[in-house]
Amino acid sequence: MFDYETLKVIWWLLVGVLLVGFAIMDGHDMGVGTLLPFAGRNDEERRVIINTVGPHWDGNQVWFITGGGAIFAAWPLVYATAFSGFYWAMLAVLWALFFRPVGFDYRSKIHNATWRSVWDWGLFVGGAVPPLIFGVAFGNLLQGVPFHFDSTLVPYYTGSFWQLLNPFALLAGVVGSAMITAHGAIYLAHRTEGDIQRRARGAALIAGLITLAAFSAAGSWLALGDFGYAITSSVDAGALPNPLAKQVVQQSGAWFANYRSTPLTMAVPALAYAGMVAALLLIARGRTLSAFVASSLAMTGIIGTAGVAMFPFVMPSSTVPGASLTVWDAVSSQRTLGIMFWATLIFMPVIVLYTSWAYRVMAGKVTTAWIRENEHSAY
Amino acid sequence: MVSEQLVDLSRLQFAATAMYHFLFVPLTLGMVWLLVIMESAYVMTGKVIYKDMTRYWGKLFGINFALGVTTGITLEFQFGTNWAYYSHYVGDIFGAPLAIEGLMAFFLESTMIGLFFFGWDRLSRRQHLLVTLLMAIGTNLSALWILIANGWMQNPVGAEFSFETMRMELTDFWAVVFNPDAQAKFVHTVSAGYVTGAMFVLSISSWYLLRGRDVEFAKRSFRIAAAFGFASVCSVIVLGDESGYTVGEAQQTKLAAMEAMWDTEAAPAGFNVIAVPNEADMKNDWALHIPYVMGLIGTRSLDKELPGLKDILAHNRTRVESGVAAVKLLETLRADPQDVAAREAFDRVKADLGFGLLLKKYVRSMDEVTPELMDRAARDTLPRVTPLFWTFRIMVALGFAMLALFGLALWYSVKGDFAQRPWLLRWALWFLPMPWIASELGWFVAEYGRQPWTIYGVLPTHLSVSTLSVDSLYGSLAGFVGFYTVLLVVEMYLMVKFARQGPGSLGTGRYEHEASHAHAVHA
Repeated sequence: MFDYETLKVIWWLLVGVLLVGFAIMDGHDMGVGTLLPFAGRNDEERRVIINTVGPHWDGNQVWFITGGGAIFAAWPLVYATAFSGFYWAMLAVLWALFFRPVGFDYRSKIHNATWRSVWDWGLFVGGAVPPLIFGVAFGNLLQGVPFHFDSTLVPYYTGSFWQLLNPFALLAGVVGSAMITAHGAIYLAHRTEGDIQRRARGAALIAGLITLAAFSAAGSWLALGDFGYAITSSVDAGALPNPLAKQVVQQSGAWFANYRSTPLTMAVPALAYAGMVAALLLIARGRTLSAFVASSLAMTGIIGTAGVAMFPFVMPSSTVPGASLTVWDAVSSQRTLGIMFWATLIFMPVIVLYTSWAYRVMAGKVTTAWIRENEHSAY
Repeated sequence: MVSEQLVDLSRLQFAATAMYHFLFVPLTLGMVWLLVIMESAYVMTGKVIYKDMTRYWGKLFGINFALGVTTGITLEFQFGTNWAYYSHYVGDIFGAPLAIEGLMAFFLESTMIGLFFFGWDRLSRRQHLLVTLLMAIGTNLSALWILIANGWMQNPVGAEFSFETMRMELTDFWAVVFNPDAQAKFVHTVSAGYVTGAMFVLSISSWYLLRGRDVEFAKRSFRIAAAFGFASVCSVIVLGDESGYTVGEAQQTKLAAMEAMWDTEAAPAGFNVIAVPNEADMKNDWALHIPYVMGLIGTRSLDKELPGLKDILAHNRTRVESGVAAVKLLETLRADPQDVAAREAFDRVKADLGFGLLLKKYVRSMDEVTPELMDRAARDTLPRVTPLFWTFRIMVALGFAMLALFGLALWYSVKGDFAQRPWLLRWALWFLPMPWIASELGWFVAEYGRQPWTIYGVLPTHLSVSTLSVDSLYGSLAGFVGFYTVLLVVEMYLMVKFARQGPGSLGTGRYEHEASHAHAVHA
């Protein structure tokens, strides 16, 4: 059907699609979770906020689960090396996510202010921690991660958890955190009215401006600092994957090589800026739905900017650059990539279809009146 | 060499998180069909009590489901965090069913559950029933793909080792999907889940009946649970996955171990009802032996032989020897992929590669291997008999006890006087934990019985782990156990609270122990 090289590129794009899907879908309910304790000043307001995502957060979270599964299936070495290397960061994400299913379902089942407040902060942690850590992870990928393999491809991570939290990575964490918060705030404004909507619009403007500032700062740092890796040996993109068969050097400015060689790719960072600026203008005018589309495009641009900069690298090694994982040599077999491509092609449109239907069924503003009417069934 | 402590802690963490997860999964699998049945009754008869039943049992279902999702997230990522070499070595095959599970099943289930809870006023009756049905289908398809992945660990079909990429690669996707082992496991596991769901509804309904409250609601729930539970428990027993145990060497080893069959008997083999296995001498010190039965159960035939553990050991000893040669040839090939002679020689023995890898537990280089070490590696391939023998028997005994309970519950449901039989109601109440115990024991048999392998015959457990520090493992294990225990306590508290409150918690004004608030009577 497709040759191996094409499939490898397709899977780079598909992992990107899953990441962007995760950011747009799970991102908006995580943003709502982040805003929950601040945008809701009393129990009823908080219930309104929770119920804007109540029917949807569970389906949205599957973007994260499926993203993990897809990386396992398509890039098993990345799945193995990144998740074991970033062990404590990964556990922090998992443990933060633990608060969500129980937080949503259990919070309003008991009339007790302390109980509810604990779960509200749990939902905050579940919404705020994952985007921050994913941002930090991207920051570390851009810098290179200290790992290598032995001759049988056993991965060894030689860094510590704390060194993941370096200044550049934290800046990338701010990008992740701010863009998800802005996106969630826009969604919240779309589904609420009155005070909550006013606060959500304010939060969207602030978080959006922080996103733009942090994204620009990270880009400038990448341009001026000592970042980037380049493959120096010849690349046979269609070869059997072997991450130990190439030579790689650390090279300042290498993350801009793709943008220089293919100027058309500049459209991706341009989309990030245009999307976020449009989102801010639209939300300021109360055009919440269009703003949501614009912030979705902005996140596509932001994630894509990092992806294009690093291509074909996925996870460069700072200690043994030759062991870096790339789109060419960290992948599954041609057969598996092919099967997974068809599985994604068949099921993704179906997923989009019934997810849209679910949102259409639940469309409209969530109000305090609705909460009162559904005292026993609402979250 | 990998530290034994790291391997043990990694195994303990996986076992703990998986067994926690499976406290919630079976109830989800079964309850979801009971909800479909109750709601269908509502749509067909228009009687609002069936809607209340769907909503009330759905509420308890939701409390359980939340923890199922919570504990399930861990499992999707734990292969990467704690079993990195496993993930690399078999990700080409094992990752696919996990990803397809997400795409085909988990998305569907998780999207529909939102509409199930929030769509009552926004969907027509039929649309809402469709949502519930799709949720049930999603849930069960999810189990299918997970068990396809797990079945492949027991019986790794449709894959081949590639020395160039240093991993197993997929050769036949459909062989993995239609792995008889996976199919048998699927039927057995989901049926066990159905029994769990039925027992849950049966027990709590019995409690209401014993107290004489919400009688009409409880009687209808009891009858549905009795019928569904009886059909399901028959399915668990008749389609019990022993039929899958004859396929492949892993399952034959497990079967021999859990039946304490040390010697190969002439077909059809006899069945040890109870025995006192003696691991050191490889015999039973005492056994109650019934001729023919094992052969009939295991092979569904009179003439197929089932190998005993001694023969399996002898066979595996030859595979270990050939495996050592395979590991050496692999090293030659990794150093020089163009070595045609080594490649041909490797292809002849590569099926035994995993058996050679067993020795990496004892030596760094295959040059250090002695015949005694090979004996030891071969002996490692036999799981310990006593724990498997007994856990399997307790599971089976519980299964038959539940068959009796559901049989009587159905019988008196048909006669119509079950509510006047307190002994039956009390039996149902006290049997509430049994399906969970049986399920956990079943998983113990399946997974402990696969040791020392993660992928039978392919990858030993001790090579599969991530190269983490032992301290990290202590930390994460403590974190998981602490976190899960707190969540479990919270979940049990809510479950008991709402089970006690009963259908009154819906606030419809039609039941006892109504949820307070004046506005409750608007439905």
